[in-house]
Amino acid sequence: MDPIYFLETIIKILVVLLVFSALAGFTTYIERKVLAFMQRRLGPVHVGPVGLLQILADGVKLFTKEDFVPQNANKPIFMIAPVITAATAFIAMSAIPFLPEFTIGNHTVTPIISDVNVGLLFVLGVMATGLYGPLLAGMASGNKWALLGGARTAIQLLSYEIVTGLSILAPLMLVGSLSLIDINNYQNGCVTDWLLWTQPVAFILFLIAGFAETNRTPFDLLEHEAEVIAGYATEYSGMRWGMFFIGEYANLFTISFLAALVFMGGFNDLWFIPGGIAIILKVMLLIFFFLWTRASWPHIRPDQLMWLCWKVLMPIAVINIIVTGLVIML
Amino acid sequence: MGAHIEEKETTQTVIESDGYMTVHDGKYPDSRWKEFTQVMSRTLKTELFGGLKITFKNMIDALFRNEMHTIRYPVEKLPISPRYRAVHKLLALLESGNNRCIGCGLCEKICIAKCIRMDTKIDENSRKEVSEYTINLGRCIFCGYCAEVCPELAIVHGGRYENASEQRAHFVLKDDLLTPLDFLKDQKEYTGFGAPSDDADAKIQKTPLAY
Repeated sequence: MDPIYFLETIIKILVVLLVFSALAGFTTYIERKVLAFMQRRLGPVHVGPVGLLQILADGVKLFTKEDFVPQNANKPIFMIAPVITAATAFIAMSAIPFLPEFTIGNHTVTPIISDVNVGLLFVLGVMATGLYGPLLAGMASGNKWALLGGARTAIQLLSYEIVTGLSILAPLMLVGSLSLIDINNYQNGCVTDWLLWTQPVAFILFLIAGFAETNRTPFDLLEHEAEVIAGYATEYSGMRWGMFFIGEYANLFTISFLAALVFMGGFNDLWFIPGGIAIILKVMLLIFFFLWTRASWPHIRPDQLMWLCWKVLMPIAVINIIVTGLVIML
Repeated sequence: MGAHIEEKETTQTVIESDGYMTVHDGKYPDSRWKEFTQVMSRTLKTELFGGLKITFKNMIDALFRNEMHTIRYPVEKLPISPRYRAVHKLLALLESGNNRCIGCGLCEKICIAKCIRMDTKIDENSRKEVSEYTINLGRCIFCGYCAEVCPELAIVHGGRYENASEQRAHFVLKDDLLTPLDFLKDQKEYTGFGAPSDDADAKIQKTPLAY
């Protein structure tokens, strides 16, 4: 194998790991700030300028906190569950093109770790494997709240995976490729070429399912503080708990990047804005939307969640696919 | 059955007459079709976006129109009412700086918790002088009678409301407390409610664990 290629891949992996682990911490800060402003509070202010060093303080706390394993827990599974969440979240990122190609000297860098021709399928598949993290954590904790959280993980993630898959099928039928780069290049015109305009229903369905898959607030049954203490993470402390949240925020970024790539034109140039900045703006917009809904909308009950998924979203997704198919045929 | 319903209705009207209003959450759909139309109308009404709009407006107000609810507590404090009964202050005369207190002892007499103690003596000008004035804040219930009864407005309630602390010493800051710290060991207490009686030592019995 070409040693340059090997080295480049290693560097890309390290960059993705470091950037997104750091972003997970930073997003907790942003989330606290945005939620605070939306509730007319200040959020963290005491540590560092405008509370920025709070991230560091939280990090130090997570790393130095006692890491205990409950007596009746299934120890190996309990200890490995957070690793599954964090690992799958990062593995899913390996097929996402974060930025457009750029050149350093004579060398062209493609900011994607592995351009597989089934990129979208790979990302969705690996993100679905992330289900095992909370599920195994809940089952191995030896705690009834954690067990309930784990059971809810199963009902929520399994059902919304279906909506995600079906909702993304319709734009895929238009593009005709599973490679995220092909999907991106399909929308290489102006804003009017975005799949958002031809597939608005799919976009809304994908966002709703994305909320459920990343356990964001209207659908955070896994860790429903109002009902099940902390759900699957009840018994976790320190960095093991932290890894769940690094995984959650990494998933948040993955979903935002996917939505930006598939529906919102990806890293194509936007008027005068170069592509690299355009996609970052789109992702930031989506993440702000995720935080915004958290501040605005209430939790829903498990039965409402299942009802919404199976009786509303899935039929709409299927109808959307049928209509798209008919339109393509005609 | 009929009587039961009537009773329920009367209680409801009573509640409404008190200025409360009952929340009517509408009629529940009784057929499948009505259920379906309810779902459709709720979906298409975009009520959820109303919620988003409210939070966004709140954020704009907080950030740009300075409608922030947070006060930075240790630096910034909420104004309290002048009638708030907090830790006492013993005021001085503005002109001379002499103590306003004339040693009449009314505050000591009226004190419900019996936590005020005053010692007076006749000074060299044969005027009554307060030699010692103590308030045991541990026993004070902040009823405010002492301030109310004081004919000279010498004892008042100040604005210091942070009464919680980890250490007893914090309650007797030299500037704030009426007795100087040096004389605290001489402080005499009245035998009031909650105080140990004079023969407390004799009354002490061994606990069962000691046998």
